[in-house]
Amino acid sequence: MDVSRRIVLRFPSGITGLPVVYRLVKDFGLTFNILKASVSPGEEGLLVMELSGEQANYDRGMQYLTDTGVEIQSISQDVIRDESRCTHCGACITMCPTEAFSLEPKTREVLFDHNKCVVCGLCVKACPPRAMALRF
Amino acid sequence: MTRVLARIAMSKTIAEINEKIKKGEAVVVTAEEVINLAKKKGVSRAAEEIDVVTTGTFGPMCSSGAFLNTGHSKPRIKLGGGKVYLNDVPVYTGIAAVDLFIGATAIPDDDPRNKFYPGDFNYGGGHVIEELVAGKDIRLTATAYGTDCYPRKKLETLINIRDINEAVLFNMRNAYQNYNVAVNFSDKMLYTYMGVLKPNLGNANYSTAGQLSPLFNDPCYKTIGVGTKIFLGGGIGYVAWHGTQHNPAVLRGDNSVPRRGAGTLAVIGDLKQMKPEWLVGTSMLGYGCTITVGIGVPIPVLCEEILRYSMVTDAGILAPIVDYSEAYPQGKPDILGEVSYAELKSGRIKVQGKNVPTASLSSYPKAIEIANILKRWIEKGEFLLTEPVAPLPGAESGIIFKPLKERPI
Repeated sequence: MDVSRRIVLRFPSGITGLPVVYRLVKDFGLTFNILKASVSPGEEGLLVMELSGEQANYDRGMQYLTDTGVEIQSISQDVIRDESRCTHCGACITMCPTEAFSLEPKTREVLFDHNKCVVCGLCVKACPPRAMALRF
Repeated sequence: MTRVLARIAMSKTIAEINEKIKKGEAVVVTAEEVINLAKKKGVSRAAEEIDVVTTGTFGPMCSSGAFLNTGHSKPRIKLGGGKVYLNDVPVYTGIAAVDLFIGATAIPDDDPRNKFYPGDFNYGGGHVIEELVAGKDIRLTATAYGTDCYPRKKLETLINIRDINEAVLFNMRNAYQNYNVAVNFSDKMLYTYMGVLKPNLGNANYSTAGQLSPLFNDPCYKTIGVGTKIFLGGGIGYVAWHGTQHNPAVLRGDNSVPRRGAGTLAVIGDLKQMKPEWLVGTSMLGYGCTITVGIGVPIPVLCEEILRYSMVTDAGILAPIVDYSEAYPQGKPDILGEVSYAELKSGRIKVQGKNVPTASLSSYPKAIEIANILKRWIEKGEFLLTEPVAPLPGAESGIIFKPLKERPI
């Protein structure tokens, strides 16, 4: 079974010299599409990409990344909510196509489920206090 | 106010309640807590025991702004009649030399507005007020025409709320007693002051704290009047007047609660003692900038009737459903039906047979927080109630909410 995922990779400053993407292609047969990259030698690096391939190879690729010390984040964590600006009004709830927002029935606070978020960004501008942001 | 209060048989006076507050003996509950408490105890016992019911609301309120007095520069400049900007947002200068008014919906001259539709409206007067209250430095740039007594023509300086003489929040219309539920019948996305409305009844947006909202708990304005001391923007404020578009004579339910937008409050208070978390700069996509204001009003339980009003529940408050693709913009009175706030808060309502998801623009958790803060202030003896000096116009006032009558010039 093939998978295609958008992920954020964070490289600690010591390993930005490693040819990580080359290894993902060569050793695990994965294809990639880089969405954003910010890598400076000697500094912490960031890579946002879409990675596709067979599930087993994908999983082995992820294991390789983890072993080298790369921090992997699912891209859904990259629509973020500034908790200090969120007023819990609820304007986002009906905007989200994947129902990532819900109301806590007792307190009526707005809950944000990162795992349901597909990073479409519809909530970002629909949020009146601008508490939602896209982070790449 | 005695004119209004005299109609009801009083069992307590505001002065007596204040004596209890000073001694730390006042019994204070929120407008949410009072519902079950009074049901359990029975109305007459609850009316005797409870002294104050606190309310709260936290929603976007466009008719808000602040008067500032910057102090005089050397040499002097007459900002009055000149052009003045705070963080590039234009302010009103048509008053005395260094008095200014910053309105919540003002936006920078170079904001693209809706030229790139829908406009973002990321920064406006409401945001300036929030930053001012937060103690941030604000950039003031001004040009003036110069006079013999005010020779200077240009001014560029940072100002800070700590240094300027006065900063007074004065909101001409806040705390609407009820409001439309906005839907969109068209096949296009709509960007409104009621939020983004998805086509073909894709969602229904409402804006109220419902059973916690100040004027729903005193629907006939029996205790809230001119001079009532309130929670405003995290500090203390006062009801200054009835708000613009105050429309008390609308259709009401058996519980006297209005079923349409009705009463409003004009409120005033010293901005210097307010807090930025209760005055939040707000952006309505494709519509404009505004400010979300926190207001809480204490209701003295002077008699059973006043307590009974404060027991109002979301199920007992009806709001009209209005189509914002046609009826609202064209100023037509048509409504698509009525719905209770209990139904709205369930997350879905039925509109013409269709199941429509609902969302609120007003924050219920923050409204609860406001009611609880006000409750604590009163319990600790820090906040005494005031006797209103004049009543708000009621249903008998003959006030009619008029549309603009256009006449050829």
